Amino acid sequence: MTHTNLKNESRRERRKIKSVKKMKEIMTKYYIDAKTARQNRKKVAWITSGGPVEPLIAMDIIPVYPENHGAMIGANKMGIDLCQKSEEMGYSRDICSYARADIACSPIKGGPIGGLPEPDMLVCSNNICGTVMKWYEVQARFYGVPLFILDTPFIHSNFSDEAKKYVVSQMKEYVSFLEGTTGKKMDHDRLKEVSRLAIEGQNLWQEVLDTTMNKPSPMTAFDAFFHLALIVTLRGTEAVIDYYTGLRDEMKERINEGISMVANERYRLLWDNLPVWYKTRWLSEKFASHQACLVADTYTSAWCSVVGLLDVDNVLESMALAYSNVYLNISVDKMFDTLKFMINKYDIDGLVMHSNRSCKPYSLGQYDLQKMVLKELDIPTLIIEADMVDERVFSESQIETRIEAFMETLDNKYRR
Amino acid sequence: MITAGIDIGSITTKAAVLKNNQIMGIKISFTGYNAEKAGGKIFQELLSEIKLDEKDVEKIVSTGYGRNSVKFAHKSITEITCHAAGAYFLDPSVRSIIDVGGQDSKALLLGNEGKVKDFAMNDKCAAGTGRFLEVMARALHLNLDEMGEISLKADSPSKISSICTVFAESEVISLISKGESRENIIAGIHDSVASRITALAKRVNVAEPIMMTGGVAKNSGVVKAIEDKLGIPMKISEFAQVNGAIGAALLAVKV
Repeated sequence: MTHTNLKNESRRERRKIKSVKKMKEIMTKYYIDAKTARQNRKKVAWITSGGPVEPLIAMDIIPVYPENHGAMIGANKMGIDLCQKSEEMGYSRDICSYARADIACSPIKGGPIGGLPEPDMLVCSNNICGTVMKWYEVQARFYGVPLFILDTPFIHSNFSDEAKKYVVSQMKEYVSFLEGTTGKKMDHDRLKEVSRLAIEGQNLWQEVLDTTMNKPSPMTAFDAFFHLALIVTLRGTEAVIDYYTGLRDEMKERINEGISMVANERYRLLWDNLPVWYKTRWLSEKFASHQACLVADTYTSAWCSVVGLLDVDNVLESMALAYSNVYLNISVDKMFDTLKFMINKYDIDGLVMHSNRSCKPYSLGQYDLQKMVLKELDIPTLIIEADMVDERVFSESQIETRIEAFMETLDNKYRR
Repeated sequence: MITAGIDIGSITTKAAVLKNNQIMGIKISFTGYNAEKAGGKIFQELLSEIKLDEKDVEKIVSTGYGRNSVKFAHKSITEITCHAAGAYFLDPSVRSIIDVGGQDSKALLLGNEGKVKDFAMNDKCAAGTGRFLEVMARALHLNLDEMGEISLKADSPSKISSICTVFAESEVISLISKGESRENIIAGIHDSVASRITALAKRVNVAEPIMMTGGVAKNSGVVKAIEDKLGIPMKISEFAQVNGAIGAALLAVKV
């Protein structure tokens, strides 16, 4: 091994987050529990990433996330095969690659874990997109199980009383749906306790993300993409609280010891949209080579940004409000407010937007946001055209040029 | 101080040598399949044309898609930054640049002293690029250089609705079989390219005056179509195609 290799090796060791090992153990256990649910007489519900999971946890139903599965498929570079398979089944290439990959997995039990555990019911909220409704209808037909759809009206300026009443009434129907499907009554005290844990978990996740306000940052958005899985899949359980407490403390320890994730951090960037799952390492190394650290992102913070709206003394009503207010269910003006808040909070030098072919609600409006950010905040933006799972739309040399040109633009602007 | 810029594009390679901010010589050739070889060859040829020795050139900057394959360059800088530097050198009043090359089209908004403030590039697609025009020229059995002149004679430009190069080519072929005039078809092609480019330009809020650079700036038909759509005249230098290489040579001074 050469001298430089040795140096890189020791630096990589310093970069390693110790909690990762525990996280892998928790996720493995979670998937084993989900896959053996039937043997243990437990029910499994598939649920969208923005769906209200607390009632499921309160009723001991194991929530399973096809979107988390999609992310695993992307990270394992299995996206092309599965997307092609879905296209052979007749689905258009223009459909979301999470949906395509997940639909293709079902009949062949494909993907990194040999398919998701079969569902007893499906729960779908359209607060994140419209595709999920059709995707879940397809899966409900395939598995022959009941589907509950939570319809959250889009918030242009404010959430009207009528809209709120409409969503609250559906939250009550949701509870009846679960009671009907399981043949059990909801224990509302338990639901309250689960909600309390969910709020605590979200607050802790925010604390983890906020450690990146430190200069240099102890972690990057690429680390947040990885550690996100728990707040999505196990929100409302003790496991989340234990884990994020440990992770937060580890980050604080790194801050105290002056350990940064990116060596000689020069630029602090904000990421918008889902990760490019099959290229996270390449992108992470590319930005790090320019001493640029993606310190925050609009994606992982979406699982804690509405926590302030939740209220344990008013569980169903407050959930209706919170789940309607997520980042993808609000207008471009409101999205800009969020971006502005984050740019100031994390002291951002540049914005990196992933224009994601799959995720229309996330990508629509990015060009307007780019203009608003430049005009009002004088922050340059880089747009990367790609897809979260379907690698066929990723052009490495084009993206490399854009990243380099963006870094040159930052060098000229800030003269660092 | 003598510096050189080598711009290795997807179709052509360009070189420029500057001495104390004066252009000593420029050269354009095809890149071919070996970008590394193309860079070395054009540099040697240009040096012998202007009777210089390699040792006389103090600093070299490479740019373009093949920038990292130029081993003898002291630094590589992206074509975005180089085009900005080149255009500012050719005309310091320029506030925006529209650069259309072989596989890329981009719009740049300039800040102070020719620095890039914002930029937008075409997505992973050949629409709105030189390659698109090349494919169409082939379908029409024309030389690329003839297209501009011919299109200016169109009386009613055809409508090419497809963005995809392959589909647009079949549209062109069906227009040919319907007996549509070559002039109108080419004007339609130029309109289609111009639509893609003006969309990029609007994304970065281009400000006047705008300079157009890159090989496609030589096509008067595309230039006119862009001017019509934006309602802004394009400034075009005789060095439009080598602008990136000139910018690279200028930036080499500070390397």
